[in-house]
Amino acid sequence: MKIRVFAAVALTIASAFAAPESDNEVSARKAALDLAGAFTNEGFKMRDGHWSGTIKPKEQALIAVNLYAGNQYWFSIGATESAKKIAVNLYDETGKLMQTESYNEGDKAAAGFSPTMSGQYYVMVELVEGDASSVCLVYSYK
Amino acid sequence: MRPAKRLGAIAFLLSCCALIGAEPARLPADQMAKAVKSDAISIPTPGELFAALEKPGKPNWVGQMRGPVATSYKNRAQIALNLGSLIADGFIAVEAKDSQQVKNIGTDIIKLAKALGVSENVLSRGNSINEFAENNEWDALQEELEATQNEVKSSMQTHRDQDLIILVSVGGWIRGTQAVSSAVMQNYDERAAKVLRQPALVSFIQSQLNEVSGDVKDEPLVKEVSGELPAVEKLVSFPPGKAPSADDVKKVNEAVGKIMTRIQAKEESK
Repeated sequence: MKIRVFAAVALTIASAFAAPESDNEVSARKAALDLAGAFTNEGFKMRDGHWSGTIKPKEQALIAVNLYAGNQYWFSIGATESAKKIAVNLYDETGKLMQTESYNEGDKAAAGFSPTMSGQYYVMVELVEGDASSVCLVYSYK
Repeated sequence: MRPAKRLGAIAFLLSCCALIGAEPARLPADQMAKAVKSDAISIPTPGELFAALEKPGKPNWVGQMRGPVATSYKNRAQIALNLGSLIADGFIAVEAKDSQQVKNIGTDIIKLAKALGVSENVLSRGNSINEFAENNEWDALQEELEATQNEVKSSMQTHRDQDLIILVSVGGWIRGTQAVSSAVMQNYDERAAKVLRQPALVSFIQSQLNEVSGDVKDEPLVKEVSGELPAVEKLVSFPPGKAPSADDVKKVNEAVGKIMTRIQAKEESK
């Protein structure tokens, strides 16, 4: 996969506790939670925490997470309707692209991953098609 | 085919082969350095850590529980650190399926939360914890503990106590790591030991502590905890793919145990 360095966007942290959420953020979060809800049927527990932000077409958001070897994870992304296609990828601490199970449907996408090494990983969210959108990341584990 | 054309075709084929065999480009270091990191998504909960520890086999959770801790601290930073560690204790009690212990810890969590002046929403969580514990609803309890931690942090944000938020996470991470390293020491298993590798997490916690306001940063206890973290970071920086030895795990346990002792020491009052 070719990395678009020029589009590397380190979005300003809209920390979960920093400010009241906008309607768009709430909508994106709802989409992410809806998607993550599907994994709870398979025994995954949803982490009660999220990241929200806005991405423009062809831009990426990169979010650091710390994962434990032995656990299975699903990273679920929801966006507002203006997003027509979003992609989610996972990289290890050296920046290497990880092989993930993937789900992609319009304004929702998810990546499943089982690390064999504990440590820091990076979730990359990319707006492939559509207009600037609010996006939200939640994750589940078991 | 003419020699020049033939050479061109060979060069083209070789470059195609090189492209097919090439690894995908890696994320550049400067891009990774700019990645978003936040307490809400980048610091794992004790529940995640404990779930990973359970994969190779059920640890001795009962053996990881500790006796009652004081709830009469006066120093707000110390209260926040202890609140985080008590929430981790709650997760341990849930894993041990000890409903009475969960109720006791729930009561202590609410006492500390009250001392910090958090909102009524948090206080009502105490009743839910009791109810779920009565009914042995372990999954619901885990969710409730996580929600309680987030509610406490949210309330701190509202009350302009955001510097205390990271202290709650630090307390939880230290207590969780103490319990996990102790469990691994009691029944060493390479797969279980691998969960202790978290250098970037400790580095992030350290950077967050460096950003708190002067008042909190100058608290002797916060200085002490912050001062111990670089050594802990080294201890949990195992090479990728290599499981820490039993001796490595013991060193981690001693380091976090030392910090935990200071956090729960009663003389810290202001």
